[in-house]
Amino acid sequence: MAEHHTAAFVRTEILPEQAPPVSEAGIIRWMRENLFSGPLNTVLTFVGLFIIYFVLKEYSPWLRHSVWNAGSVGECRDIVTAKYGEGATGACWAIIRDRWNMFMFGFYPRELYWRPTLALGLLIFAAAPVLFSESRLIRMWVLGVVSVFLMVAFPGLDVPNGDTALLAVVLVGMLALAWMRPWSLLWLTAVYPGLAVWMLWGGSAWGPTLAMAGFVIGWLAWLATRSFGTILSVGAAVLAPVLWWLFGMAPVQALLDASLPAAIEGVRSEKFGGFVLAVTIGVAGIVLSLPMGVVLALARRSDMFLIKGLAVGFIEFIRGVPLISLLFVASLLLNYFLPPGTNFDIILRVIIMVTMFAAAYIAEVVRGGLAALPRGQYEAADSLGLDYWKAQRLIILPQALKISIPGIVSTFIGLFKDTTLVVFVGLLDPLKGITDSVRASFEWKGAYWEPYIFVGCIFFIFNFSMSRYSMYLERRLQRDHE
Amino acid sequence: MKKSLFFGTLTAAGMVAGFAAAGTLEDVVARGELNCGVNTGLVGFAAPDANGNWSGFDVAICKAVAAAVLGDPNKVKYVPTSGQTRFTALASSEIDVLARNSTWTFTRDVDLKLDFVGVNYYDGQGFMVPKALGVSSAKELDGATICIQTGTTTELNLADFFKANNMTYSPIAIDSNAEGEQQYLAGACDAYTTDASGLAATRAAFATPSDHIILPEIISKEPLGPLVRHGDNQWGDIVRWTLNALIAAEEYGITSANLEELSKGSSNPEIDRLLGTSGDLGPMFGLDNLWAKRAIAASGNYGEIFAATIGESTPIGLARGLNAQWTQGGLLYTPPFR
Repeated sequence: MAEHHTAAFVRTEILPEQAPPVSEAGIIRWMRENLFSGPLNTVLTFVGLFIIYFVLKEYSPWLRHSVWNAGSVGECRDIVTAKYGEGATGACWAIIRDRWNMFMFGFYPRELYWRPTLALGLLIFAAAPVLFSESRLIRMWVLGVVSVFLMVAFPGLDVPNGDTALLAVVLVGMLALAWMRPWSLLWLTAVYPGLAVWMLWGGSAWGPTLAMAGFVIGWLAWLATRSFGTILSVGAAVLAPVLWWLFGMAPVQALLDASLPAAIEGVRSEKFGGFVLAVTIGVAGIVLSLPMGVVLALARRSDMFLIKGLAVGFIEFIRGVPLISLLFVASLLLNYFLPPGTNFDIILRVIIMVTMFAAAYIAEVVRGGLAALPRGQYEAADSLGLDYWKAQRLIILPQALKISIPGIVSTFIGLFKDTTLVVFVGLLDPLKGITDSVRASFEWKGAYWEPYIFVGCIFFIFNFSMSRYSMYLERRLQRDHE
Repeated sequence: MKKSLFFGTLTAAGMVAGFAAAGTLEDVVARGELNCGVNTGLVGFAAPDANGNWSGFDVAICKAVAAAVLGDPNKVKYVPTSGQTRFTALASSEIDVLARNSTWTFTRDVDLKLDFVGVNYYDGQGFMVPKALGVSSAKELDGATICIQTGTTTELNLADFFKANNMTYSPIAIDSNAEGEQQYLAGACDAYTTDASGLAATRAAFATPSDHIILPEIISKEPLGPLVRHGDNQWGDIVRWTLNALIAAEEYGITSANLEELSKGSSNPEIDRLLGTSGDLGPMFGLDNLWAKRAIAASGNYGEIFAATIGESTPIGLARGLNAQWTQGGLLYTPPFR
């Protein structure tokens, strides 16, 4: 074989690199691999292309002929006809422009629009230390965007310049805190529920304050009775706030209102509508249902028969009935039982029902997470001598909740979308309630797709953000090394 | 916590539920506000504007009752109700009066334990078809697909009409008027049926109204009126006679323009009794003597309300037809005020 090495045609240097064949590189390769990899895929690709072409052909003129400035559907049609000729169709987005306030705020008093807006902005600040605790960069980005949004929105909502300046100072202060000592923002998180209720519904500041004080009273009761044993102290911690809310609060509030009035203009629940309503119910439902769901999940896995039975009964009952029937119970059936003249706020009723509904689902999702944990984790917790609550708090739940994140966020997204169902109990949700009442005026009768598309887009923004956040959270909590 | 509060309230509520039946007037006065059930949105009958101020033909009834009882037509809380929830909302005391283009039928009056206090609009069910369909009578609709709103009397009337005429149809169930229009315009159904007033408004809002015709047949009687709960006759009387006062005011020529002048005294004793210049009709059902004057002042007499909300000068353009005074060949006829 050796003599072959001396043959003249043996190459002595390496060939220069050549570009890969056309069919194996770039877009063509990608298309060959993904779109035309076999007869079935080729056919499906062409079917898909045809559908896209058909949709674009049908709807792109409609979108391209959009009208943004008009006083009625009829005017929209006239403009489209004048511009694009007889028989042309065009989207009439002027309905959104004209009734933007109704879609966003329902019938909330116009001069008070800043209150729900500020409540939403502060919600992000209150949530920041919890949601974005690890990355300062992301935290500052999110809060910065929210601050800019508030600073732009406030003058647009006819807020006096002095108040906008005050807001700017507060925002800068909170941004500085978020930069240097994010955990101090937890104080805002703690008072936020009361603050949000006060901002949204207005009225006396003492109502929400004293209601929140109930939790402090519960904590104090627990501290005071701790030495008498767990059962007694837990009982006191539950009983004391309930007694406070039922009997103690009203006289104290009357006294404080008389001596130290601190009230802003009240807004009643039927004025709520549109996205203010959807976000109010959605956020309250999300915030309340997570702890309730976790407790239910733990209760369902408990060894105590009564606790377990109650949890199973509750979860299976709630999951067994449609949300609409619960809402009907809240709005109509309750009135048969409540004394006439009782004012049990309809939004509060709906929030309670939505919370119970979501909590039952979250309980099952969390139970799935608990069941997925290897038994060794429970045994490890026991072997460390941790009691039940410490074991749950330090070892079990952090892992179980991490496993459950996708399911929990799915439930939250579902809950937020389900807020549109409140239309069936006479509340003006953005999708159907507001849309129908906008269309009930003669100017906008006949506009069909535009409001739905608009509301759909806003819902998409909210839900997509939630979904992306959950993916970020999953990455952040990745503790195993792959 | 929430649960215990909730069930505690329920138990407490059960004990006092027995007193719920009577005293709507006292409740309304104590509350200082009338809870009035209205449509979630029906062109001309009930619609909120961009600021949340409701107006419309049915809304005017709410305003008149609030003006008569509370002295202020704006002291109304409008509760939007859907076709499915409206009667339950009334029966459960969520609302005091329902003014939501509801048809007076036997079962609703008797079986649902509600009281229709009168008729504010005589409607009837009609059909709209595209001109291109070449149909000129509802009798020619054999085999047609028809868009029909669920949960309404129109659904039942349609079945009756086709059965009586030995014809068949395939229904397309829709949920709201807007959806019906969309389906009809998209060609999903040959004909769209609902109350003739609704058809007129729908057709007027089309891009080319002249391409569509409303067939001459009216296949049902749809007397629409406000209603209250069964069993509180005093409250029922107040709503009934407030409606009657609006109708009588038109008959006697009392308008919002000459109301002040006529209430100083007139040559017609019936006007004097109605406006409280003489007699004491109001105190008989627990109101003062100026109740009817305030009700008329709220948005004018029946004719003025009609003209301002759904009449021929509005885009909806409904003629008075059956809803004219009996003296004009219509059906509006109020019992005397004495």
